[in-house]
Amino acid sequence: MRIIVLVKQVPETDALRLDPATGTVVRSEESAIVNPLDLYALESALKLKDADSSIQVTAVSMGPPSAETALREALAMGCDDAVLVTGREFGGSDTWATGRTLSAALRRIGAFDFIFAGEKATDGDTGQVGPEIAAFLGIPVATYIGRIGWLTGAKSADSTGRGRPLLRVERVLEDGIQVLSCRAPALLTFCKAAGDPRLPELAGKRKARKAVITKFGFSDLGIKQEETGTPGSPTHVVKVAMPNLTRKSEIIDARTEEGMNAACDRVIELLEHKGLIVRGRKA
Amino acid sequence: MNEIWILAETKAGKVAPVSFELLAWARSLGGPDQIHVTAVLPGPASDPEELCYRGADAVMHGTGRRLEGYDASISAKFLASLLEGTRPTVFLAAATARGRTILPYLAAIEGLGLTADCTSLELDTSTGVLLQTRPAAGGNIMATIKTVRGLPQMSTVRPHSKQPLPRDESRPVKVRTCSFEAEALPDDGLNLIEERPFPESKGIADARLVVAGGKGLKKKENFAAVEVLAKQLGAEVGASREAVDRGWAEYPRQVGLSGRTISPDVYIALGISGAIQHLAGIQTAEKVVSVNTDPDAPIFAVSDLAIRGDLFDFIPALEKKLEGFSPAE
Repeated sequence: MRIIVLVKQVPETDALRLDPATGTVVRSEESAIVNPLDLYALESALKLKDADSSIQVTAVSMGPPSAETALREALAMGCDDAVLVTGREFGGSDTWATGRTLSAALRRIGAFDFIFAGEKATDGDTGQVGPEIAAFLGIPVATYIGRIGWLTGAKSADSTGRGRPLLRVERVLEDGIQVLSCRAPALLTFCKAAGDPRLPELAGKRKARKAVITKFGFSDLGIKQEETGTPGSPTHVVKVAMPNLTRKSEIIDARTEEGMNAACDRVIELLEHKGLIVRGRKA
Repeated sequence: MNEIWILAETKAGKVAPVSFELLAWARSLGGPDQIHVTAVLPGPASDPEELCYRGADAVMHGTGRRLEGYDASISAKFLASLLEGTRPTVFLAAATARGRTILPYLAAIEGLGLTADCTSLELDTSTGVLLQTRPAAGGNIMATIKTVRGLPQMSTVRPHSKQPLPRDESRPVKVRTCSFEAEALPDDGLNLIEERPFPESKGIADARLVVAGGKGLKKKENFAAVEVLAKQLGAEVGASREAVDRGWAEYPRQVGLSGRTISPDVYIALGISGAIQHLAGIQTAEKVVSVNTDPDAPIFAVSDLAIRGDLFDFIPALEKKLEGFSPAE
């Protein structure tokens, strides 16, 4: 049984702050990290492996050669092996071209039961690549997954495909939890409700440093240039602007009782004006 | 004439309100002589005519047992079958869990571009080119995107970023039923076990009023005060990432790009200093009120009403004043 976990290297955005005076972004030193939501996918796969060591967990990333660092972190957490899809031809890929490229790489890797991924990456913030890969591979997708567990475990599967592994997955949606049964092969995208990811241990780090990472380039994937990179992308960015998030603030100094009183009056006024509260008590 | 499609959603057997926002988006792209709007409604719904009252010129209502919604690949294949007949200029879906799963699946099948979570759309009705603008890079930049290959040009748009049009029963009702025999498709292995709605709550994504707490509350017991205030206001409880990480609130309550982006009428932030990903997540809130002791808290810059003071004074003071009020229905 094999689970593939998709991992993306992203710039660290947490340390960014908004300068209240100018409304512009203050950049502290940026560093590259594993996309935080991918850690939930990794944790979910590794938890299944904890219970059944025969499960092989393979981390796959597409990115510049430096994305190897993200894969070594995945290996340090406990993944068995890693594949980096890298090449100049892939540069500028939008979500469609990324999905096309990664699905070609996954086909080349061969047999898998499940593909796990973060619900979205914090840099692109689209959440589209997961469902796109599922569509390219012709397998179902379930998104926004929190907790998972086996309904029918890996060991029960036989060669005829009957009794294929069956997971119970919980989707965390806008208004509630949707519980599904999910038969392999399928692609699942995970959110924070999946639970805290583990930290790599020293032995894992040592192993990860020495591990050989398989590299796939353009010529390995059997796809055309018009299917990947900028030429393969159906969307193009035509303009980039700094957003102005700032609003014309009314500032109330509420450090005194009087000030707080006035502040609360303004809040009440606003809520009443918006029709969110009405005068009088309910019967 | 530009043909515009929107992907309507259902909730509890009826057309979901987010569909009406999509119709308002569609209608904003051009005048009645420039655009024709069709709502595509997959799955059972008892009131498809509502879509016409809210701005659709026509409705294509998909019926079939497997279009209920939890399997995006089936819905995507249904949409792909409709695209065999005609190619609209634009196809919009809501950036909800549903829209954000079905549309990318469709995009991949059809080889089409898709832009996620747009907050602004502009159609050149003479050339048919759609400019799609969205926050990117953790809300640090606004990117305007163009689809350079294939029709329809597809986007998901952020829920609550536009008011629905007023209901107009004089508009003509034109509903066509399209049956989709998904039974012919192989068993795809996804099946519903159960649905557990969040208790007494519509969730923060659909709320008109959200009261959220952050690190400034200092400990879990204090976070309960936010819940009490929210209850008195008839508001939904939100939380910053720090508050969720500390276990004071559940993840579905997390406001920000790493949780949910929200667009309430009023957002009240208590003890939240305002990480950039949080601020980007409340960008489309109509009014923002914040309470913080730190005059340099970034949240003040994005607030309409910035209250410099102690939230532990603010909560009881506001609760006292609220005694003469009730939440609106």
